Amino acid sequence: MSDAPLLSIRDLTVEFGGAPALRGISLDVHPGEAVGMVGESGCGKSVTWLAALGLLPRTARTRGSVTLQGEEMLGARPSRLDHLRGGRVAMIFQDPASSLNPVQRIGRQIAEALTLHQGMTGATARAEAKRLLDQVGMPDAQRRLDAYPHELSGGQNQRVMIAMALAGRPELLVADEPTTALDVTIQAQILDLLQALRRERNMALVLITHDLGVVAENCERVAVMYAGRIVEEAPVAQLFDAPAHPYTQGLLDALPPLYGERGPLAAIPGGVPEPWAMPPGCAFAPRCARARPTCTFQVPALTRLRGPHRAACLLAQPVLELA
Amino acid sequence: MLRFLASRLFRAALTIAMVVTFAFIVLRLSGDPAQIIMGADAPPEAVVAFRAAWGLDDPLWQQYFRYFAAILNGDLGRSMRDGRDAIDLVAERIPATLALTIPALFIKLALGIPAGVVAALHRNSFIDRAVMALAVAGFTVPSFVLGLLLVLVFAVQLGWLPSGGQESWRHAILPVITLGVGGAAVLARFTRSAMLEVLGQSYIRTASAKGVPWGAVVRNHALPNAAIPTVTIVGFMVGSLIAGAVVVESVFSWPGVGRLLVVAVANRDLAVVQCILLLVAATMVVSNLVVDLLYGVLDPRLRAAPQGAH
Repeated sequence: MSDAPLLSIRDLTVEFGGAPALRGISLDVHPGEAVGMVGESGCGKSVTWLAALGLLPRTARTRGSVTLQGEEMLGARPSRLDHLRGGRVAMIFQDPASSLNPVQRIGRQIAEALTLHQGMTGATARAEAKRLLDQVGMPDAQRRLDAYPHELSGGQNQRVMIAMALAGRPELLVADEPTTALDVTIQAQILDLLQALRRERNMALVLITHDLGVVAENCERVAVMYAGRIVEEAPVAQLFDAPAHPYTQGLLDALPPLYGERGPLAAIPGGVPEPWAMPPGCAFAPRCARARPTCTFQVPALTRLRGPHRAACLLAQPVLELA
Repeated sequence: MLRFLASRLFRAALTIAMVVTFAFIVLRLSGDPAQIIMGADAPPEAVVAFRAAWGLDDPLWQQYFRYFAAILNGDLGRSMRDGRDAIDLVAERIPATLALTIPALFIKLALGIPAGVVAALHRNSFIDRAVMALAVAGFTVPSFVLGLLLVLVFAVQLGWLPSGGQESWRHAILPVITLGVGGAAVLARFTRSAMLEVLGQSYIRTASAKGVPWGAVVRNHALPNAAIPTVTIVGFMVGSLIAGAVVVESVFSWPGVGRLLVVAVANRDLAVVQCILLLVAATMVVSNLVVDLLYGVLDPRLRAAPQGAH
């Protein structure tokens, strides 16, 4: 993972009507890597990627830089952006049923992406759409090409979304809570499918989720977000073994233990601050059991602790590495 | 599909029967046709004879059943004024009305739908506000006010166009514009909100995310979905082709169905009024039926369970 990043986000900020939704995100995604983005609803994990791909409504003000192998995507010409979206970076969404056009057959929706990015039309595109549906494990793919989204289940629709995302042979697939709206058994199937496709195609995967368990099983690296910032970023094993940010520790403590006695889950007291009422210092300070006076006015920067482990907390001390 | 059609047709027939019944009752209760048609100075014997001749002496329920039986036999009655068949009187006026309402319908569609789409695509911009301000003006100004205003400007002041009558196509211009503007305004507002609703849907974002150029997103994904609610309102406009010009025909002295209706109501010419109402109800019902069938074509979700439509 030391090679040049596939996609780099630098100092990305997003405001909705003056209220900050993202307050400076910097993140690299390397070729073929699986990165998890975790956080509560509203922390900005989806907004980060919608902003990166230029999919936010025009009322959003986006600043910063998002480069795909050196090419700036923010503010890129629409024609260039349309070439990159779906072609090099694809995205799938939370609710597959409403993410597909209800009045168009799914075969046509997949073929549309094939026409745009592979130049396929007619029977060629249809055959390729069928092959993609087979590949994402859609039963009876040939017949399903002529189905409408409402005739399929949620899991099947998410498979259609994945097939459509694969149509452009993307180097990066951003999956925004791809399984939140699905049954637990289907969740596992979809996540397994994403893993298999990633390995087969050497495709990078960004998995946006609020489920740390999903991250542990499916990702190599994880970024924890809180109130529009990344507060901790580390390889998965390191984050689970030695979480440096009190928020991450709180999230891990809130997971139900696999062994031992059953007891009430440890919840983090309080709630996420509203975007228009951000505390001047660390956004987590009001909920943090270990907050010190400095935390209430000093915004901690994301600092390197050990190797690739970074955290944004005044209490987290860098570990000196011996050369 | 057949069951769906049969139930729709049955409901359509029921609707028409209710309109006919309602019109029958209201017209009988609101004045004595004999007195009105014969005039206030008519000798009492003449009025009595008139009543007897038209069966107006019989109990209301007898008149009603006689009338209904006649309709079922295809007989829509005769005018009490000149004894001609009501259907002929109405039929000869229909072309004149359609000469106004069909071009007006095209104006409504050609102005209203694009204006609504453009406004939605430029939401909250100057274009949006300008279109919506015009639309609000367009449908709040009553057609008789707009008609008179147009006459004042283009007929009286500028002298470019005639103020009334039906001698040439130039006579149709002002009434057609008057009819078209209000409908275009309604359609613009309706199309705009339908488009805004659709543009906020996830599948529009999906289309952008897969690299579809914005123009194609609008054409292939937004418009087909926004068409579904818009068809309803267009259906109403088609349904009112025959009766939608009552006021405008009166303002511009255009000899269409609308003017005939005004005169027939004033005279309590029962058969003619009822014939027009029957025709109006029938067109409205038929166009609604077509709209229901169109829903199935436009929205595959309604095809599976057409009974559930609406």
